[in-house]
Amino acid sequence: MAEATAPKPSSSVKLVLLGEAAVGKSSLVLRFVNNDFQENKEPTIGAAFLTQKCNLPTRTIKFEIWDTAGQERFASLAPMYYRNAQSALVVYDLTKPTSLIKAKHWVAELQRQASPGIVIALVGNKLDLTNESSGSGNALGEDSETDAAEGENDDGDARKVSTAEAKTYAEEEGLLFFETSAKNGTNVTEVFTAIANAIPETSLKGARGPGATQSSANRTEDQSRVNLTGPRDSASKEGCAC
Amino acid sequence: MRHSSDQRKSHSHDRLYAPIDTAPTATAAKEDGITATMTYDGENEAPKHRTHADSDESMATITPQEDDGTTLEGHEQRPALPPRPSLLGDRPTTPLSPRKRPALQSKPTTAVSSVDIQTLSFPDGSRGTFPTPGSRSVSEAGHGISGGTSTPSSRKVSQNGSEFDDSTSLMSYTPTLRANGDLASLLDEGLNSQSPAWKLLSSQADNVNLFETIDYEDNALLNFDQEFDEVEAVDSKGGNEEQVLLLWKAKLKHYLILSSAGKPIYSRHGDQNLINGYIGIIQTIISFFQDAKDPLMGFTAGGTRFVVLIEGPLYFVAISKLGESDSQLRAQLEALYMQILSTLTLPTLTQLFTNRPNTDLRRPLEGTETLLSSLADTFTKGSPSALLSALECLKIRKSQRHTINNTLLKARTEKLLYGLVVAGGRLVSVIRPKRHSLHPSDLSLIFNMLFEAGSVKAGGGENWIPVCLPGFNKTGYLYMYVSFINAHDGEESSSDQRPSTAGSSPEDEIAILLISTDKESFYELKQMRDDVVAQLESNGSMGIIKAAVRQGRPSTADIVPGTQLRHFLYKSRANVQFMMPSLSPDFSSPLARRKLMSLYHNLHASTHAKHSHVKVLHCVARDSNSLVWTTPLFEFYCIAGPNTSRAGLTHGANKVIQWVKREEERVFIIGGAVF
Ligand SMILES: Nc1nc2c(ncn2[C@@H]2O[C@H](COP(=O)(O)OP(=O)(O)O)[C@@H](O)[C@H]2O)c(=O)[nH]1
Ligand SMILES: [Mg+2]
Repeated sequence: MAEATAPKPSSSVKLVLLGEAAVGKSSLVLRFVNNDFQENKEPTIGAAFLTQKCNLPTRTIKFEIWDTAGQERFASLAPMYYRNAQSALVVYDLTKPTSLIKAKHWVAELQRQASPGIVIALVGNKLDLTNESSGSGNALGEDSETDAAEGENDDGDARKVSTAEAKTYAEEEGLLFFETSAKNGTNVTEVFTAIANAIPETSLKGARGPGATQSSANRTEDQSRVNLTGPRDSASKEGCAC
Repeated sequence: MRHSSDQRKSHSHDRLYAPIDTAPTATAAKEDGITATMTYDGENEAPKHRTHADSDESMATITPQEDDGTTLEGHEQRPALPPRPSLLGDRPTTPLSPRKRPALQSKPTTAVSSVDIQTLSFPDGSRGTFPTPGSRSVSEAGHGISGGTSTPSSRKVSQNGSEFDDSTSLMSYTPTLRANGDLASLLDEGLNSQSPAWKLLSSQADNVNLFETIDYEDNALLNFDQEFDEVEAVDSKGGNEEQVLLLWKAKLKHYLILSSAGKPIYSRHGDQNLINGYIGIIQTIISFFQDAKDPLMGFTAGGTRFVVLIEGPLYFVAISKLGESDSQLRAQLEALYMQILSTLTLPTLTQLFTNRPNTDLRRPLEGTETLLSSLADTFTKGSPSALLSALECLKIRKSQRHTINNTLLKARTEKLLYGLVVAGGRLVSVIRPKRHSLHPSDLSLIFNMLFEAGSVKAGGGENWIPVCLPGFNKTGYLYMYVSFINAHDGEESSSDQRPSTAGSSPEDEIAILLISTDKESFYELKQMRDDVVAQLESNGSMGIIKAAVRQGRPSTADIVPGTQLRHFLYKSRANVQFMMPSLSPDFSSPLARRKLMSLYHNLHASTHAKHSHVKVLHCVARDSNSLVWTTPLFEFYCIAGPNTSRAGLTHGANKVIQWVKREEERVFIIGGAVF
């Protein structure tokens, strides 16, 4: 245990990362959890489950993160990961327009299938590959470090998705929006902090022990005793051979 | 030095003709009853079914239905203790007790006397090979695979070896006439020690050391250092094409996967632009033979052997300059196919191609290229486990293993199918349902994913991985919970402790694997993992596992103090498990390891070739001295320095085998836990 969190209330928040393969989902998690980056990260196989605490002034949020593989053949497994999630990070690569299209599909699917109250953040990753290389995260007005440039810009700007386009879309859909770089860390903690802040107080409860659930879906933060075969089993039968 | 170029010519000559040679005089089937068919179908009638020369060893057949039994299945029929009483109970301490050696009762079918061999092999003090018809089946396996004029010296080892196999197989029945023969007397020193070559060998300076130098003739392995370097992409203007092509061609090993429609699926080296042309050529060649209903199995071009495996809509091609036998290469291709099935399942694969014969499989396989590549590289580096189709276990005391088994059994949840503890690719403990065995080929896919490919480990946390285990069931997925514990982590006490594994060697990783048929069972299995780890901590087992991992494999000298053996492989056939000592100090470098493995491959090929009835084979080469000995119970391979006497070698072999027998229940998992 890294720190004594006794005085502050602590709650678990399930978070799922979705998005096309190779946009940087795992890299964002690695940056957030280990403050590390790997240049040639091997593709995720299946899904990885990680936890990381996020300290807010009034409480501690323990993120329980599902980092999924973006490959198509795993698509049928996705519902299992987002079904009980209170938050989702939908990631695209801002040097690759098709990845934004894919991200929009995920947003739509979440809005249709996931818990009604789910907090969704749209994240354009690989900001370091653009000229500006500055955080344009603004959902919570946290744009203090406008000159976070690490000085590795040559003149080439690989950006293919404009901030305005993605931001407009995010506002229409009521999503948090950030542009990040897992590589140099720009805006990564900010995304998670913003999500933590955006989770309605009412849907939080203690990290351990079954608390009262007042929110919509079948929230089962108590990791140890979750009954996944219970309600909302819609997609659990197929997917065994696809 | 002792190999004139003449002799090399005669080698390739021999190799060239071996395939179409008449079958050797040896007609006796192997004692296990498996008769293999030709793999060179070009010159023969097309086989109705594909059979591996050593199909008794191929992964596919290590299923519970087979005699061999699975690691675990075998135990079901037998009480856990005492182990295999029927096989061991009445065996006296000498491993070569005549009563228990039905294998060696087989008639000596090689008509050549050892004297003939000597005069043939050492006409002028050189050690050329002029295999007699009787040894042809062996030499085919030894040579038929690698080729040409630039021959790795390891290959010569096998050729030299094939001289001896005649004498040894001839000799092999001798001890059955004697009471209590042991290996040393079996390989009577007196027989060959008079030959000029032996005199030459023993007069050689003592400073020749095992694999110490790269032989100038050994140019096949000269580029081994760069074997795993990436071949850069051909740039759009094609300016670097020539240079890239040179690099590509310098690779000792290629694996290509394509669809029968000619779409590239996977290539270990080289990008799209580079390989497309070759894919086209290969597709044309293979399809030509396919259309003629006479499937192409392999061919040789220069010093390179091409082996083809056709599985439904997929063509697999191995291109090797490393000198493996066809059946060894085919087993490697088979493993790549299993990896693809493991990603997609058979019905999905079939359906994709039924719907669209022109399917580009790269997309459905996206993200698993690393798994194919790490498998391929494992083969290229040389893997005892792949060669022997057997698993390795972590050596711990029987009672300690028992405790770990029970811990797993006690924490078992409803949803669990298989539970395993694996340390650096070595099995520590397995629990499984009574009715289901675990297939070594499935486990090797899992181990590749977890310990070689790094994808899973690099993720850091816990993992939930849909995986099809073809040996278990080709048609659907299982779901695998995986978490790692680092053996160097002292304070692994709380279940929250999931250390980042960056930078540590895979050998040091301990994985808890819990496999279920239910894709929703992650949290249940996670809970089981937490319980298991807590329990292993509190009963001291975790400390024992970590200590065993940190200690590593014992060295050969630890096992038999003072022995001249440098390395060995011992495969327990009944358990489908093998044991080997540490690769250091002699074989820690990738090149030395590859040379060692090439030697093992040759020994293996010689004793597993079709119609091969060789039970004991002693090979002398410029840089090593080696011995293989197979019985129904075990296969034993060992290597010593070039100046080791035969007596020294056999003495060491006997000592090791005695040691393994004594330590059997620590070295192998015998009687795994079932529920
Ligand atoms: N330049 C740059 N590369 C990144 C960034 N994030 C990830 N990558 C690279 O993009 C590739 C895919 O990243 P990964 O995290 O595996 O993507 P995932 O499939 O979405 O999990 C890897 O080679 C990463 O090193 C980033 O912020 N900047
Ligand atoms: Mg990933």
